[in-house]
Amino acid sequence: MLPNAKSRNAETGEHSFPLPSRPLVTIEPSKSLAALNLRELWSHRELLYFLTLRDIKVRYKQTLLGAAWAILQPVFMMVVFSLFFGRLGAVSSNGIPYPLFALAGLVPWTFFANAVTTSANSLVGSSNLITKVYFPRLLVPAGAVAAGLVDLIVAFLPLFGAMLYYKVGLTLNILMLPVLILLTTLFALAVGTWMSALNVKYRDVRFALPFVIQIWLFVSSVIVPSTALPEKWRWILSLNPMSAIIESYRSALLGLPFDWQMLGIATTITLVALAYSAFSFHRVEKTFADII
Amino acid sequence: MSSIITVEHVGKRYRIGESQASYSTLRESLVHAISSPFRKFRKNNEQSQFVWAVEDVSFEVEAGGVVGIIGRNGAGKSTLLKMLSRVTEPTTGRIQLYGRVGSLLEVGTGFHPELTGRENITLNGVILGMGRKEVRRKFDEIVSFAEVERFIDTPVKHYSSGMYLRLAFSVAAHLEPEILMVDEVLAVGDARFQRKCLDKMQDVGKQGHTVLFVSHSMAAITRLCPRAILLDKGRVLCDGPSHQVASTYLNSGLGITAAHEWPDIDKAPGDEIVRLHHVRVRNENGEVTEALDIRKPIAIEMEFEVLKGGYELAPNYHFFDERGVCIFVAGDNDPAWLNRPRPKGRFVSTAWIPGNLLAEGTMIVGAAVTTVEPEIVHFFERDAVAFQVIDNMDGDSARGQYSGHFPGVVRPVLNWDTRYTAEQCETVADAAPR
Repeated sequence: MLPNAKSRNAETGEHSFPLPSRPLVTIEPSKSLAALNLRELWSHRELLYFLTLRDIKVRYKQTLLGAAWAILQPVFMMVVFSLFFGRLGAVSSNGIPYPLFALAGLVPWTFFANAVTTSANSLVGSSNLITKVYFPRLLVPAGAVAAGLVDLIVAFLPLFGAMLYYKVGLTLNILMLPVLILLTTLFALAVGTWMSALNVKYRDVRFALPFVIQIWLFVSSVIVPSTALPEKWRWILSLNPMSAIIESYRSALLGLPFDWQMLGIATTITLVALAYSAFSFHRVEKTFADII
Repeated sequence: MSSIITVEHVGKRYRIGESQASYSTLRESLVHAISSPFRKFRKNNEQSQFVWAVEDVSFEVEAGGVVGIIGRNGAGKSTLLKMLSRVTEPTTGRIQLYGRVGSLLEVGTGFHPELTGRENITLNGVILGMGRKEVRRKFDEIVSFAEVERFIDTPVKHYSSGMYLRLAFSVAAHLEPEILMVDEVLAVGDARFQRKCLDKMQDVGKQGHTVLFVSHSMAAITRLCPRAILLDKGRVLCDGPSHQVASTYLNSGLGITAAHEWPDIDKAPGDEIVRLHHVRVRNENGEVTEALDIRKPIAIEMEFEVLKGGYELAPNYHFFDERGVCIFVAGDNDPAWLNRPRPKGRFVSTAWIPGNLLAEGTMIVGAAVTTVEPEIVHFFERDAVAFQVIDNMDGDSARGQYSGHFPGVVRPVLNWDTRYTAEQCETVADAAPR
């Protein structure tokens, strides 16, 4: 049997650990208006890295085509859209070849749609982790979004291929690409995080989300440019940040002029959504272990 | 102040049924919102829908202390540990931790079956709170402790369950937080590895780390922890030296112990002919104890008073396991008193259960005295005493060297006899050396 704490201290003369004067952690029923603990998130950054790495490694395990799926998804969609909307529907694409127009929209859209879907399901999928060990839960949906970035980078390959094919050169507009990727990531994070928290309590999210994403695709200027809409109705599109973001990707890649006003609104909405999402996530995260 | 953990009036309330209907659908919430706005949130009903899994628990743990938390299923042990490790939030009260916490509520938390052993070690280590560098530094140690060197680059889904558990425990065992919280993880894996884990935890304790250890296993608790806290129905029932708490546990768990006495003869079980005085469980050396070695004989002793002579009395014992299954019944066959009316006075009847008969576990003993002809049951005290049969795994019990799951309610050591026949061709050659 172990010597008890007292006698052991008597043997060694002192503690192995000098105790801090104030507790490192105080666990109390939290007040409802607790702020997001950024310092704690930062101290767990390594965990975010490894959760992301896990998602990336695991995603294409035991698939035949592996990471090629990241390319095939937008490319197949592009083919289908080109046939139905480009040829049969004769959708105007502002003078850009329709396949290129569609692909430039589909690449960021596929990233957004997959990121939102996987992060929305990420918490429920990690229930064994959540009920057994403490860490900031935000890292789970965040990791799922971050893992999608690798697919996004890969998916740019066919897009650049298509640009070569259609002889569309790069312009300085391309410098906006990293900003746009960041913006898309943040917006996906906002939506995905919020959905993931909602999904813990209401599994309806799992069924509703694919449907929502589908409809969202149609109003995000992926298939039809926003200019196809009459001028006086266009402001409605500005309420959907994805529309402005997708249009801006086209501007950045294909050298078209940016609509800075729309992009500004999209950025504002994204930041507000992110703040709201982080706040509401933080408010409910402590109940996850009990209801998941 | 030398307490590294202080727990003050901590409570956790759950809604009843939450575990069964673990998630609500939007429809239910909508229906609820539509149907109940005029019922003032059904305040009266709500009170009764809640249950306190842990209620008003307070204790302190000194730095370097090794404390066991025991209790039956549903006593609130795991909930308490979940609150201490911040997985779930207390409803009331306050917990203060003066050190880095590593909690191990389950082995293999965060293991991904598709990832290799190597990848899982890093992932799991980081999830449990180690830094990447720390994992790298301890990597070889973790692998060799788990004994999975050959399979380190194989996805863990191809591991046997034993390998999986060894690796998972090994990662956790190499966490070096100031406060280590462990829940029941030793209930799994083969016993040889369990021992290794216990030794490892003992080392952790000796290095001055604080360990909180939750278990059903009284043996593990008394071996590891000088101090134990007994929880019952969410409250602290007893807090003190673990051997004391252990006997309280046996007491509270079943209302019975290895010794049971009825000092007041008028209230003792029995009738006008016979009254029970006491029942005791003794080991080979005559000591009254709850914990008995599986290899050694066990004595069950009852003392009863014959108030009215002239009856042929047959003391007997009924043995039940934890689930209430009757294992066997033993009747007194002492030739000295067989078919012989007993005079007034005190009798002590002892039955000896041979060593290597009962399996490990709890045994509950019912004591009775009956007259066979005509049949009269003078008393039958169903839960008179209880004891634990323990196998120390020294290799000379019926287990031999095997330390895994060993089912059965009895566990005799049998005589085995082996006949050997050499292979056919050799036999022919031996038999025909012309």
